[in-house]
Amino acid sequence: MLKLLWLVPAIPFVGALVLAVLGARMSHKHVTVVGVGTVAASAFISILIATVFLSAPPASGMYTQTLWTWIDVGSFRPQIAFYLDALSLVMMLVVTFVSFLIHLYSAEFMRTDEGYSRFFAYMNLFVACMVTLLLADNLLLLYLGWEGVGLCSYLLIGFWYQDPVNGLAGRKAFIVTRVGDTAMAIGLFLLFHSLGTLRIQDLLHAAQVQWSTGSAYAIAAAALLLGGAVGKSAQLPLQTWLPDAMAGPTPTSALIHAATMVTAGVYLIARTHVLFELAPPVQFAVAAIGAATLLMAGFSALTQNDIKRVLAYSTVSQIGYMFLALGVGAWGAAIFHFMTHAFFKALLFLAAGIIIEALHHEHDIFRMGGLRKELPVAFWTFLIAGCSLAGLPLITAGYYSKDLILWSAGSSAAGSTVLWAAGIAGVVLTSLYTFRLIFLVFFGPVRTPVTKQPGLAMTIPVCVLAVLSIVGGFDKVPFARFIATALPTLPEAAARISETLSSVVAALAFLCGLLGAWFVYQRNPGLASAIVENPAGRVLHRFWSSDWGMDWLYDRLFVRPVVWIARVNKADVIDSIYVGLASVATFCYRVLSLTETGKLRWYAAWIAGGTVAFVAIVMFL
Amino acid sequence: MELVPLREGFILAGVLFALGLIGVLVRRNLIFTLMSIEVMLNAAGLAFVVAGARWGQPDGQVVFLFILAMAAAEVSVGLALVLELHRQYKSLDTDVISRMKG
Amino acid sequence: MKAAPWTCTASCREQPMMIVFYVASAVAIVSTALMITRLHAVHALLYLIVSLLAVSVVFYTLGAPFIAALEVIVYAGAIMVLFVFVVMLLNLGEQAAQAERALLKPSMWAGPSILAVILVGEFLYLLAKSSGGSSGTAMIGPREVGASLFGPYLIGVELASILLLGGLVGAYHLGWRNPSNPEVR
Repeated sequence: MLKLLWLVPAIPFVGALVLAVLGARMSHKHVTVVGVGTVAASAFISILIATVFLSAPPASGMYTQTLWTWIDVGSFRPQIAFYLDALSLVMMLVVTFVSFLIHLYSAEFMRTDEGYSRFFAYMNLFVACMVTLLLADNLLLLYLGWEGVGLCSYLLIGFWYQDPVNGLAGRKAFIVTRVGDTAMAIGLFLLFHSLGTLRIQDLLHAAQVQWSTGSAYAIAAAALLLGGAVGKSAQLPLQTWLPDAMAGPTPTSALIHAATMVTAGVYLIARTHVLFELAPPVQFAVAAIGAATLLMAGFSALTQNDIKRVLAYSTVSQIGYMFLALGVGAWGAAIFHFMTHAFFKALLFLAAGIIIEALHHEHDIFRMGGLRKELPVAFWTFLIAGCSLAGLPLITAGYYSKDLILWSAGSSAAGSTVLWAAGIAGVVLTSLYTFRLIFLVFFGPVRTPVTKQPGLAMTIPVCVLAVLSIVGGFDKVPFARFIATALPTLPEAAARISETLSSVVAALAFLCGLLGAWFVYQRNPGLASAIVENPAGRVLHRFWSSDWGMDWLYDRLFVRPVVWIARVNKADVIDSIYVGLASVATFCYRVLSLTETGKLRWYAAWIAGGTVAFVAIVMFL
Repeated sequence: MELVPLREGFILAGVLFALGLIGVLVRRNLIFTLMSIEVMLNAAGLAFVVAGARWGQPDGQVVFLFILAMAAAEVSVGLALVLELHRQYKSLDTDVISRMKG
Repeated sequence: MKAAPWTCTASCREQPMMIVFYVASAVAIVSTALMITRLHAVHALLYLIVSLLAVSVVFYTLGAPFIAALEVIVYAGAIMVLFVFVVMLLNLGEQAAQAERALLKPSMWAGPSILAVILVGEFLYLLAKSSGGSSGTAMIGPREVGASLFGPYLIGVELASILLLGGLVGAYHLGWRNPSNPEVR
């Protein structure tokens, strides 16, 4: 049964090919069957594999399936091989299952779009690349999947390409992640050069043997891989692309920019955890980046008007939590949070999609309102997901995962109280902006009327995800035990903060945020605008809503100089050498054509002159 | 009996050739051009004859004969062309027939 | 460069031939010079004929009587007559002569003259470097020339005849007019 592993990425890939080549000629129904069916098959096979793996785990908890040798050059011999252990199984399961739900949802959401087959082709290709990334046995194949998801992200962000704004957002995403990808590629070169292999398990063993903790090689390699992870997962300083990526269709935002692609960085760090353990400064940097990002994005989410942008900043913030967990050594906790986050964030986006669709493509939350009665499905699912996001104690999945992270941040050997405090502040912010969103959208007077209710294909996925958002956290202990077969557990360190204390403070933080949001938005609606009108408030509002000025900074620092250089070098300096050759030839042609006067006497004169010169040369030389 | 220093003969041939060359380059009338070419051919033949006289062999004279035949053929065709030129352009100016310019 | 005529190696009986040679060459040069500066085509032709006759005399002094005769008969007698015929046919007239005057500005002579002077200068230089020599003592008459033509140079004769055939055909073709429509060729 495990031999079917290769089908999980292969089936969506074939689906993407079929849709790319024949999609324009296929009927709407056929496109739906192929597009959704391939991912459904993939999810089904994943579940089968998971059952087999869990019931009869293979020896040493891992299974490798080698397909063929990809490149065979000297000692460099990467293979197309898939590696299954607890980590990749969990991620593969979550990715395929959530992808299936989102594909089902998009069958209705994108129903009227004329690029229907193109959309499913891109989405299928994305799923194939993402699964390849997760199952990759060596870093080169992982990089292939990495680039593939980057490409699909670009294609899907700029899906409605007729509007140049979307193309710009797609380019921005691609270029910013490219910076990270380049760092990662250099990291791969470094790893291969010093360790001689890119096969992940061999590489990690070799690193443990050859490099001592804190060696320069380890720090360099880990830092470069961190660069790649930061780019793909939209953390500081490469987080500027994710809010703009909301220009793509809502299912894309749900799948790629909430549940799966942005967690590729988390997966990378978890997968190569040995390298990070060998480089403590870099691991600390991971935690610091996570903490800083989760706070920054939280503040930014508080000031947004567009419902999708709030959710985008929320994603950035939650991935910051995952990075925080990775940074303090709580590898399993990060993956646990990934799983619950995939559920509730995808649900948030899908519910937002229902709202946007029902309000005829209205994104501004200040123009929504009172949808509690109008769209009950959207309301209840959004509420459940929002509570899970904010961490409503005990009954939501998000609570358990976030709690685990907070406690680990506080009490692990690599953690500190400062990080714990940052996490708690993040909880307050998360709760604040989540309930701000809920109160503005679902309560209050109806500002935009609802034009249609969602159909079955949109309702079923959101309901399933809502259920998962609630029960997904109850398996915390079995999950931790399972994931421990692949990732090291957190050592019992100085318990600075007891678990109960952390949970209680987190619950209080949640309530703080909830009450704050209720007070500002529900009780005294004018208070919010009053805060913004206040001069200090206005400055803060503008600063936060523009992502702490990072877009402005990057524009001044990088974009303008490059554009200036491009403009100055318009008549390309290097190219002008070759153009210059042609110009010289043309010039000579023009000069020489002057000698063709068409007059007999001139030709005779040239002959005579040439003869005289020749004779002179012969005589004197 | 005949002892003419060769140098004088060659000098004469050279000067005649140069005069013919000047005529070709200066005169625009096609008939004058042809006449100057005849002068040049004659000078070349003179050089051959002088050289043949040096060796006491008829070879130089034979070559001059061939040159003569060639000149005759050339003149007949050339003058036919002159007549055609006059008919088409109503002028014998060689600078007028410059359609191959550029 | 130029050996004085009285330093010739043979007896002074050769001196008259030298005088004839020099006079004939002078006539040839002068008449050629005059030829290229005339305005009337017919005047130029006549000067050319004089030049050819002078060169014929030079041939005789060089011991080539056969060629001297051919020069007069063929060159001056046939080719130049052909020229005269064509010039007469063209009927150029006084107007053409005046046009020629307009074309022959003194400044036009400068360039070609310089070129020709350089050429002659090179030629003289080469001559100065070479060893001297004089023509042979015997006259090479028609008999030797004829034997040579029918002997080693037979092919040349045949080729020359083909060349003349080509010239004939070419001239005929260029000059042919449709008798019913003279404008069409």
